[in-house]
Amino acid sequence: MDIIEVNDLYKIFGASPKRAIPMIRNGMSKSEILKKTGCTIAINGATFSVHKRETFVVMGLSGSGKSTFIRCLNRLIEPTQGEILIDGKDIMTMDGEQLRQVRRYKMSMVFQNFGLLPHRNVVNNVEFGLEISGMEKTERRRKAIDAIKLVGLEGYESSLTSELSGGMQQRVGLARALANDPEILLMDEAFSALDPLIRTQMQDELLELQAKMHKTIVFITHDLDEALKLGDRIAILGPDGRVRQIGSPEDILSKPADDYVKRFVQNVDRTRVITAGTVGGHASSITYPNENVEAAMRVMERRGISSVFVTDTDRRLKGIVRIDDAVELRKKGEHDIASIIIDDVYTTSPSTPISDLLTTAIKTRFPIAMIDEDGVFHGAVSRAAIIAEVSKGNGDTETPVTLGELQDSTTGDEEK
Amino acid sequence: MDFRSWIDVGGGFAAVVDWLTANMRWLFGGISDFVIAVLNGTTFVLASPPPIVIIVIFTALAWYVTGYRVAIFTFLGFGLIWYMGLFSLTMNTLALVIASVFIALLIGIPLGIWSSKSEVVWGIVRPILDFMQTLPAFVYLIPAVLFFRLGRVPGVVATLIFSLPPAVRLTNLGIRQVPREIKEAALSFGSTGRQMLFKAELPVALATIMAGVNQTIMLALSMVVIAGMIGAGGLGNEVLRGITQLRIDVGFESGIAIVILAIFLDRVTQALGTATQKQT
Repeated sequence: MDIIEVNDLYKIFGASPKRAIPMIRNGMSKSEILKKTGCTIAINGATFSVHKRETFVVMGLSGSGKSTFIRCLNRLIEPTQGEILIDGKDIMTMDGEQLRQVRRYKMSMVFQNFGLLPHRNVVNNVEFGLEISGMEKTERRRKAIDAIKLVGLEGYESSLTSELSGGMQQRVGLARALANDPEILLMDEAFSALDPLIRTQMQDELLELQAKMHKTIVFITHDLDEALKLGDRIAILGPDGRVRQIGSPEDILSKPADDYVKRFVQNVDRTRVITAGTVGGHASSITYPNENVEAAMRVMERRGISSVFVTDTDRRLKGIVRIDDAVELRKKGEHDIASIIIDDVYTTSPSTPISDLLTTAIKTRFPIAMIDEDGVFHGAVSRAAIIAEVSKGNGDTETPVTLGELQDSTTGDEEK
Repeated sequence: MDFRSWIDVGGGFAAVVDWLTANMRWLFGGISDFVIAVLNGTTFVLASPPPIVIIVIFTALAWYVTGYRVAIFTFLGFGLIWYMGLFSLTMNTLALVIASVFIALLIGIPLGIWSSKSEVVWGIVRPILDFMQTLPAFVYLIPAVLFFRLGRVPGVVATLIFSLPPAVRLTNLGIRQVPREIKEAALSFGSTGRQMLFKAELPVALATIMAGVNQTIMLALSMVVIAGMIGAGGLGNEVLRGITQLRIDVGFESGIAIVILAIFLDRVTQALGTATQKQT
């Protein structure tokens, strides 16, 4: 069972919104329904689930209903129809007291403009949630101080929040949310109000924190780069309030579900997200000492390749053998390939983004081998595959043409 | 045929007032007792100590909440009032103002909170406030006299009604102006309605509410003078005496005393308002 399950969720703003739902089901568009009923559709039949301890990013442009969506999860906004299960319990059917319990102990929220109390200093802001839940004063103070340490704000406990920079204010917001030690963290465009440098820094810190804390995070953003950086999985919301695609960052980039998502991801620097593992794949290898030079040559000839990887019997990479060396060796009448195994082959892990492999790809003679932490061979990435992947993201306008074509086209223009 | 006899606006209102005086005597009796109790309290505090003690206390208060300038003004101003022989009348006026404001806030702030929470309540309260604020101040004196006769009680009642609107309006405004994210934050951590009000909304709205309190005090002071016409006593009586007997000296001296009192009240309450804004 997933920690958050959302089934067929609708949120429609306007008078008697339920009558719009059959219209949506009949395929009427958002603007038609607005004209007919005066109702605005914010969330349109969303169904998905969030796994425990993952960072789930909901990404959409303004007006796609993403802020409405996150507020439905803790019912700051009342959904029109649907089911939201938190740990299997339907939050929609809870009464006020049950809902308060969920808000106090199960999930906390971080806001775009921080939502801090201006009349309280940092530590009093951080302990706000604990105070609300009725925790005794010394204990909540201790927990608040811990949370302040966690976000790196020691020494500012008694500062007024208005004296802090935006980035530091959001640390207060984060500390306040973490002080309750909730299972679920709801982050509504938490870094969008910060300037780009601070934003990047906060993203890195969130990743570090998450590596330690393993919370379930639902993160809302309009920034695709942020989504790709933080998300284990990403849901893309279309302008009609419909979920267009849910998948890992790589899925979204390499297999966009429709044209909307495709246009969205067009301008992303794909090379930072696409990993060696996605581009590369199986590469032929032989096992040493079981296989000799004849076996190596047979593999290379059959595949039409000029070199082959060599692993030991535990699949650990030993090096690479070139066809020229193999031919030489056979002329000498030797069979053991130990003497011709070259070890200056570049290696990488399957999770390395290909942007980090570009310079290596240019200078290496061989495909780049992929190995894991134990040195086990997982295939290879060829130079051609990397270049092909990089060029996929770019438009075709600047593609070089041959001199002959260029001259043909200019003379053609003059004649007209 | 005379159209005015079809619907007699003034006559209708008079009939309502007649009915109320005849049938609601218990209510007005109760209000009267309450007002007298509050008034006796404020008068006792202000009128029983010797003037010099009051002057020193006021000066210290001004020094503490604003600074030495207002403190010097307070000392000299109240000294002048004492010198002119108007000190006990000024204290009577101040007692009326404080009693009226106390009751006005007791009604106005909760009403403002309620108005900010409910569109229906605000929809009803708002036109009543408009009506109360545009009606000439003297008109309040008539029902006050009818229900409570002459004296200090109708003076306080007329004053508190006249000075009530800004307390309601600015409390309502202050709470409505609390940023949405702050309300959402309070809710998202599991606040009850009461926690939301006392831990988030009221503290954030406090500066605006204090501006309303300041306005209420200033309006009360202006009305208390007018209430001198129905025998509320204090400086209003002196002003009235100056007008009716064409005594420029009496009118001028009591006028100066009122101005000094007004400036003192305004500066001190304003400073309290900005202090709450900066407070941790």
